[in-house]
Amino acid sequence: MNVMDTRVTSAMLYLDGVHVSFDGFHAINNLSLTLEPGEMRAIIGPNGAGKTTMMDIITGKTRPDEGTVLFDGVTDLTRLDETRIAELGIGRKFQKPTVFESQTVQDNLLLALNVDHSVRGTLFWRGSKAESERIDKVLETIRLTDARNRLAGSLSHGQKQWLEIGMLLAQDPKLLLVDEPVAGMTDVETHLTAELLKEINKTHTVMVVEHDMTFVRELGVKVTCLHEGAVLAEGTIDQVSSNERVIEVYLGR
Amino acid sequence: MTPHMLTRSLDRGAAIFLAIVAACGILIPLSNLLLPAGSFLQVPTYLVALWGKYVCYAILALSIDLIWGYCGILSLGHGAFFALGGYAMGMYLMRQIGTRGVYGNPILPDFMVFLNWQKLPWYWHGFDMFWFAALMVLFVPGLLAFCFGWLAFRSRVTGVYLSIITQAMTYALLLAFFRNDFGFGGNNGLTDFKDILGFNVQAEGTRAALFALSCLALIFSFLICRSVVSSKLGKVLIAIRDAESRSRFLGYRVESYKLFVFTLSACMAGVAGALYVPQVGIINPSEFAPGNSIEAVIWVAVGGRGTLVGAALGAIVVNYAKTFFTSGVLAPYWLFMLGALFILVTLLLPKGIVGTFNAWREASRERRPAAASAAAEDGVTEPKMAE
Repeated sequence: MNVMDTRVTSAMLYLDGVHVSFDGFHAINNLSLTLEPGEMRAIIGPNGAGKTTMMDIITGKTRPDEGTVLFDGVTDLTRLDETRIAELGIGRKFQKPTVFESQTVQDNLLLALNVDHSVRGTLFWRGSKAESERIDKVLETIRLTDARNRLAGSLSHGQKQWLEIGMLLAQDPKLLLVDEPVAGMTDVETHLTAELLKEINKTHTVMVVEHDMTFVRELGVKVTCLHEGAVLAEGTIDQVSSNERVIEVYLGR
Repeated sequence: MTPHMLTRSLDRGAAIFLAIVAACGILIPLSNLLLPAGSFLQVPTYLVALWGKYVCYAILALSIDLIWGYCGILSLGHGAFFALGGYAMGMYLMRQIGTRGVYGNPILPDFMVFLNWQKLPWYWHGFDMFWFAALMVLFVPGLLAFCFGWLAFRSRVTGVYLSIITQAMTYALLLAFFRNDFGFGGNNGLTDFKDILGFNVQAEGTRAALFALSCLALIFSFLICRSVVSSKLGKVLIAIRDAESRSRFLGYRVESYKLFVFTLSACMAGVAGALYVPQVGIINPSEFAPGNSIEAVIWVAVGGRGTLVGAALGAIVVNYAKTFFTSGVLAPYWLFMLGALFILVTLLLPKGIVGTFNAWREASRERRPAAASAAAEDGVTEPKMAE
């Protein structure tokens, strides 16, 4: 008897044999990776290993030359554009914090809420109690309640990073892609961010790209090390960081 | 527009602006018609027509500010939509001339008789009816903007490339309308209008009414713009302006938003053109000149982009200056002055007149409570970082 549905895989995210080259440079080279539902995965690797390109592929910004990218077991992401992929439930935090600087913290979250995003829906939008409660909750989670009416551009670097994570929370995607969330943060902020991500992971599948090994260790999750566009090593932080090849190309002796 | 959109859109600045426009729209025509000519408070007819022209320009400026100031689409071809609206109205006015033309042909406008045309081209049909012409005033610029925007925004043409192709668009239309066989009067355009809806276009009463209507149109356009920018859609537009790809990753279909606001803006520009033509009495291909569109962008920059009130104010201030300088000995230097004005505003007042005023007021409002709390806390406040 057949299984209940046509799912190819039980994975939340499934990449198989993905290739991308830019003008002959193989940014992604036969990359295969799976993320189970509810998992949090840390991605490490040297500069140019293809970490950001991988996120570009998953979110529809870059189209792979070949390979399979499946979301939630059924959806082929290589055929869809950014908007459609975001609507499906994949949220992304960029390496450089990208918030809407000339709008308030509150409005940034309002824009991120996963409600009707059509032209007509936003033109005739009127706020609802449920929406403002969700915004309040996110503001509390990211510790920006007092700054809600400040312009996002006036926030500190760390606060902007959090606001962007908050926007992901408001978007409430099934899968969160978080690119270098603690770059430029103080130790305290880094610690708080790790706590925040662990909290988020209770209800969401998360993929985190990060260079900060202390932070990755604090997350305490499965680690994948990328190198030259492919997976070099995968396992617990201790396994990966004791891997000879990883030490050679990334961590250094 | 629903009531909650309207109330949300009215802040103090908007209310003051609307009150001033409404007062002008009522008082100027009344003073022109009711007070004896030559009296100190009487507005002469030539001024009513001149100011009516400024009001139409203000509507055009609003339409540019809506897309440029709020969505970052710098159109350097908006004069094309203005001119198309003007031509639609001009065609109606031409058909109203009837047998009063030089050749006395009841159907064909003079220039067609002159070109030996035997029958009216198909695209001139229906323009003898005002309602049809009025519809075309919105429809023709709107359709062009929709098709143009559909192609450009879907292909993700942005920034300076988009500006350049809008210039090319208006220039192509300029060349097309210059041709006699295009059927719009070629070089001379459409002129010699006699009446509009049965009223003589030259009559004082008609001019006063057209002025009042232009003010009404300005009020409506302003309210539409305000309700758009103060809705959630307005926030999305600003988000697209500031970080387009971020908006995509949040699940907004950027091209739909741009297309909506671009088409709306083109329709508004069309209305401005339609009101302009009966007041100046002529429409010809020079209205498509790329320079006109650039000038309109300068009005918005001078007044303050992204403020709406500033756009309207900029249109009136710059055009007043233009009338003043081009009617004296300084006339040959006007274009240099306009260029210098643009450079000076960009360097010294990058936010424009209204933008700078708003920033200054906000700063002084922030300083007051800050100073008060500083005094209360005995000066134990965080040092403020200079921006």
